[in-house]
Amino acid sequence: MSVLPYLCAGWLFLIGCYGLATSRNLIHAVGCLAVCQSATYVLLLAVGYRHGGTAPVFSDIAPGSRPVVDPVVQALTLTDIVIGATVTALLLSLVIQIAKRHRTVDPDELSELRG
Amino acid sequence: MSMRLRLWVLAAGVLGTATLFVLACAELPGFGGTWHPYGDRAVHAALARHTANTIASVNFDQRALDTLGEESILFGSVLGTLVLLRQTRDERRLPPEPARVAPPVRRYALIALPVTLLIGLYVVAHGQLSPGGGFQGGVVVATSLHLLYIAIDYRALERIRPVGLYEVADAAGEAGYLLIGAAALLTGAAFLTNFLPYGTFNTLSSGGTVPLLNAAIGVEVAAGIVVLLARFLDQAVEIVSGRDEAEDET
Repeated sequence: MSVLPYLCAGWLFLIGCYGLATSRNLIHAVGCLAVCQSATYVLLLAVGYRHGGTAPVFSDIAPGSRPVVDPVVQALTLTDIVIGATVTALLLSLVIQIAKRHRTVDPDELSELRG
Repeated sequence: MSMRLRLWVLAAGVLGTATLFVLACAELPGFGGTWHPYGDRAVHAALARHTANTIASVNFDQRALDTLGEESILFGSVLGTLVLLRQTRDERRLPPEPARVAPPVRRYALIALPVTLLIGLYVVAHGQLSPGGGFQGGVVVATSLHLLYIAIDYRALERIRPVGLYEVADAAGEAGYLLIGAAALLTGAAFLTNFLPYGTFNTLSSGGTVPLLNAAIGVEVAAGIVVLLARFLDQAVEIVSGRDEAEDET
């Protein structure tokens, strides 16, 4: 079944969305966002895969001797992972400040404004 | 919005997205197919520029301007975390206590530290040849320093980690990338053009500006992760809220 990896990426994204919508804890919500983001990695790598392909690194294989997978999507995924990690750190620092100011990390209890 | 209503709205959205996604998947080129027009061109261009690792060539040569944008996101989120996790007026800083560490943990962490540091620097330096580069190697280098926290205690980590210096290094990494890009302008080429000689294929000096940009990214990522973790560890170990006492007094 040649569309299964794509469907897997879609399933990861939707399960992450479900977690975000029903989350009762902001740390859990940040984790769900990371799951949504990993769906994009799976989709990108699935798009770039080639049957029998190896890594597009020519330090130990002769160019043209073997098929290689698509390097463009791998480059996209690589930078995305690092950016994802730092953005997760930024979100977690927001959660720390919310926990300090409001004494809760349940998004449903954060309805009131506080100066 | 009540939980029940929220789930109904969610179900509608999920079903709609899933239907459209499955229909789109049916039209996509099959998984593992041989048709990769951009990939083939990227491999061809990387080999023409004597860069063995095609992914490094895409990131730091063919699409170097996009990497500048991604690097700026990284820089921006480190800056945002610094601002969010600062010590506020109603908080105090307690000196960290010396901690007891089990001898085997201490031994293995101290053995692993120099090895990890060396591997990190190797991965940064060989980014244009083998899998790796500034992003990955930078994270490994930053991790190696924190083995000291596991091996000894927080005070030992603070001694080798002047956060101010790492903040400057983070900015220097970002500035270095921009300056290497601007240096191409002096030769009359476009911004971030690979203007250096490409060198001999599959040697450390091959790839033109790719190793230099890799090093700039490595410095920025390593310093950025150290600064990020320093702020989180400060929150966990050193900074305590003074509000509880203030409430007792009033």
